[in-house]
Amino acid sequence: METRNIMIVGVGGQGTLLASKLLGYLLCGEGFDVKVSEVHGMSQRGGSVVTYVRWGDCVASPIIDEGEADFVVSFEKLEAARWAPRLREGGLIIVNDRETDPMPVITGAAEYPHGVLDSLRERGVRVDAVDALTLACQAGSAKAVNLVLLGRLSRSFPDIPVEKWMDAIGACVKPRFVDMNKAAFTLGRESGGAEL
Amino acid sequence: MKQLMLGNEAVARGLYEAGCRLVSGYPGTPSTEITETVANYPEVYCEWAPNEKVALEAAFGASLAGARAACTMKHVGLNVAADPLFTLSYTGVNGGLVICVADDPGMHSSQNEQDSRHYAIAAKVPMLEPADAAESRDFAMRAFALSEQFDTPVILRMCTRISHSQSLVETGAREETPLRPYVKNPQKYIMAPANAIRRHPVVEARTRALTAFAETCDLNRLEMPGERAKLGIICSGTCYQYVREVFGNSQSQENSVGILKLGLVNPLPETLIRDFAARVDRLVVIEELDPVIETHVRAMGLAVEGKNLFPLEGEFSQNTVRKAFGLPLPPSVAAEPSIPVRPPVMCAGCPHRGMFYVLSRHKVTVIGDIGCYTLGMAQPLQAVDSVLCMGASVSGIHGFNKVGGKETEGKTVAVIGDSTFMHSGMTGLVNISYNASNSTVIILDNSITGMTGHQQNPSTGYNIHGDPATKVDLEVFCHAIGIQRVRVVDPYDLAACEQVLSEELAFEGPSVIISRRPCVLLKYVKPKMPVVIDRESCRGCKKCMKLGCPAIHMEGGRAAVDDTLCVGCGVCSQLCAFGAIREPSGGEQ
Ligand SMILES: Cc1ncc(C[n+]2csc(CCOP(=O)(O)OP(=O)(O)O)c2C)c(N)n1
Repeated sequence: METRNIMIVGVGGQGTLLASKLLGYLLCGEGFDVKVSEVHGMSQRGGSVVTYVRWGDCVASPIIDEGEADFVVSFEKLEAARWAPRLREGGLIIVNDRETDPMPVITGAAEYPHGVLDSLRERGVRVDAVDALTLACQAGSAKAVNLVLLGRLSRSFPDIPVEKWMDAIGACVKPRFVDMNKAAFTLGRESGGAEL
Repeated sequence: MKQLMLGNEAVARGLYEAGCRLVSGYPGTPSTEITETVANYPEVYCEWAPNEKVALEAAFGASLAGARAACTMKHVGLNVAADPLFTLSYTGVNGGLVICVADDPGMHSSQNEQDSRHYAIAAKVPMLEPADAAESRDFAMRAFALSEQFDTPVILRMCTRISHSQSLVETGAREETPLRPYVKNPQKYIMAPANAIRRHPVVEARTRALTAFAETCDLNRLEMPGERAKLGIICSGTCYQYVREVFGNSQSQENSVGILKLGLVNPLPETLIRDFAARVDRLVVIEELDPVIETHVRAMGLAVEGKNLFPLEGEFSQNTVRKAFGLPLPPSVAAEPSIPVRPPVMCAGCPHRGMFYVLSRHKVTVIGDIGCYTLGMAQPLQAVDSVLCMGASVSGIHGFNKVGGKETEGKTVAVIGDSTFMHSGMTGLVNISYNASNSTVIILDNSITGMTGHQQNPSTGYNIHGDPATKVDLEVFCHAIGIQRVRVVDPYDLAACEQVLSEELAFEGPSVIISRRPCVLLKYVKPKMPVVIDRESCRGCKKCMKLGCPAIHMEGGRAAVDDTLCVGCGVCSQLCAFGAIREPSGGEQ
């Protein structure tokens, strides 16, 4: 199988690393060659963070370049727009419908571009915006945004049964948070919105 | 069974399996997880050293005693460890000695983009460069064997993309290696001139032997589509993966690509390279950073391309390769024109913020250093004037004030974190004391090495395992080296910071201010209830916005607090002239 690509993007501290860990576990379990690439360090202090997940028969580069991502899963709208050029033609952006101001916006040096998702849609990009924070809170914790987004993503993987996702959650999450995270995943997977 | 591992975790695994007995390191992105992972193997003694020179010398001592030993550091750490490295090349080893170094092309978290391969050449030691996590494990093990076979330290060169990428690794069991007996051998281990003069030819002979070894060893690999190829690419490490990504599936007779993948990047196999060159129509070296291999190949008299096609700066990717060869790029949507950057910031409740606010109000010149507190340079505080390398704040302010005299002395401070002070700030402070400059040094003591993700250091009172350890007493230390005035202040208390800073700037003579409060991200630091903003009293003056706290923003002309971020440090409430920001009396969250 040709290499396929998911980018997970967000703001440092939002839990992007758990999402990539879970995907890595799941895809290895499916018998694929997998590469997961993260950047640690400086960018974790509230900066823009990005993780690459690639899988296939034989994965070479650890990086996902412009025009290559099948999916961009974004924890925040501005970050979705920042990384949209990485999407391949026909790819899908799954985005938490939330705005987190970066420091230049907080200090007034820059303005938050509010219409970014519409602008992407106008240019033909497929965008699935979901209020992941509200769903995460419903499931029991604002921190479960990552699992809501993965639930959403799982809808694009008809070949992977939902039990496999649940197993991956069980294996990657601390035992006492498993139920809450499974609930968040299910809400993301089953909540209304764009049928894809 | 194969498992996903970070390149760094795989290095640690390789060190462990090879029977390594001691690992000493100093944290630095992207190398840190090597040491952190080794710390989980009880068979290996593992420690954070105060700096990289100490780490390498500790590994040298273990090697001398007959053990397999390793040290870890980021690329700039090798500058600090360069002194022992160059002479270790002369002494050679007893037990195998491996120096793990991680470069950071693209400067994801570094102050420069130096290319560690120059060190291997300059110090005349072999260097291995893995291209994924599986090779990271293998090469770490091979490095020990090479080290003992050729009696030399070996450098294992990582880079951000290999260190921080997970891929599948097949692991094995640890093989215990017996201690090699230590035998006194002054000719080999005492590098005084008389002995060193005899050792230098040994080093040169070793390089010739290693070059011969490089010609046939399986660390270097030829991948040819047939007898000949149109394009021949020499590469190593992560560049090999980009080449495979672009050319891997597109082999055809007319457009065939041969690859010479180097695992041993110093010394280079000249015959192998010549033979490869003879079998390809066009020879290109693809290497990040400097044209190290290219220059060597050109000096051999071969026609070769490289930096005419590829940049000297930054990290490569598959599109870098496509562009260089004029291949089509995958179509993509254009970037939005006006996306504000999202730089890293000091966390809400960061103890550095209060001190930096006071510094920016005093408009002092701040000779800065490296750590989370470097972020004091950013808007809106913009309170830092220079950042060079670890320790340069304390040494630098001394020179600044020696020539600045009365012009600068009362208006300049150096700031340095606790870990950085232990690393290389101490010696600068001895210079301030000994050579008497009228300098004020602020140690920002947050009781942890923050920037690199919370490692213990000699001033925190804990070792790498989190067990209690001897704690360097900063006040006593400063007194002992002759600094009479040492003040301790809580950076959450702005008035106290103001007062202490004014007094120490006014004082004639060396002084140290210890700005002490543990990092808010430490587990034992319990966040307090978020502050409450009374929207009636808030006049929208934006004074609280001058702190650059990510938990405060403006909403409809009034300040608002993000309860999910605020930890109730209360610094903003001290700023508000209208009493609009209240600290609830509720205690912990
Ligand atoms: C020679 C060298 N080694 C390691 C690093 C990586 N590094 C940057 S800052 C830092 C330490 C920061 O800790 P500290 O001084 O305690 O400040 P904090 O981040 O906690 O504020 C390290 C290890 C470096 N830049 N240079």
